[in-house]
Amino acid sequence: MTTMTATTTQVYQLFIRATPEQIWEAITTPEFTVQYFYGARIEVTGERYLSLGPDDSVWGDDQVLEFDPPRRLVHGWRSLYSPELAAEKASRVTWEIEPQDGGYCMLRVVHDQLEGAPMTAEAVSGGWMMVLSGLKTLLETGKPLAG
Amino acid sequence: MVTYSAGMNDDAVFKALADPTRRHLLDRLHERDGRTLSELESELEMSRFGVMKHLRVLEAAGLVVALRSGREKLHYLNPVPIRLIHDRWIDKYTEGHVSALARLKTTLEDTA
Repeated sequence: MTTMTATTTQVYQLFIRATPEQIWEAITTPEFTVQYFYGARIEVTGERYLSLGPDDSVWGDDQVLEFDPPRRLVHGWRSLYSPELAAEKASRVTWEIEPQDGGYCMLRVVHDQLEGAPMTAEAVSGGWMMVLSGLKTLLETGKPLAG
Repeated sequence: MVTYSAGMNDDAVFKALADPTRRHLLDRLHERDGRTLSELESELEMSRFGVMKHLRVLEAAGLVVALRSGREKLHYLNPVPIRLIHDRWIDKYTEGHVSALARLKTTLEDTA
């Protein structure tokens, strides 16, 4: 059991100088995500997680499992931007926002249930770091990550 | 002295990385994530207390995140603080050159 969990859960955690509401908005509205999520316009409602690429192709269209603004969001994940990855089983992404002292929040992203999606696991691991680093820069400076 | 909550300052990250045992623990987690204290302890020539102490430093720096799974506490490598240090000095334009040189070094050393 433990060895199963091992390769099928990815954890990313960082501190962002912003309010929970600002972080929530940056995660769930396309005007923000387009600036740090590989150009994707992502719209999250209580039911649906929809991600559109710059050419309007569907990058993600998944069910929202938990929607508790501005603290917790859980949604399904299938990488529809690649036919190879899209053929793998769906996984799950959990966003948790916890206010800290000094105007900071801790943001934790757990991408799990990757048992049936080894290629997706490999593909997203570098991606999450780019995305989260970009999200932090955007919220703290108002500008997208350089370059 | 300015204090920040866990993981907010680079000092804690560099301090945590300055110890070979802690780097070894990160290597183990990089190899396979989500391990219990007992698993990590069994691979190190060190007391349970010693491993706990090092894990605490890594957790305070945000390099390791411990999540509960039933009765177990699983330790995960959190690569984001290292990425943030990377992004501070290496932008997208220089990244290409840097990673090409890093790959060259790895290739040469692997074939040597």
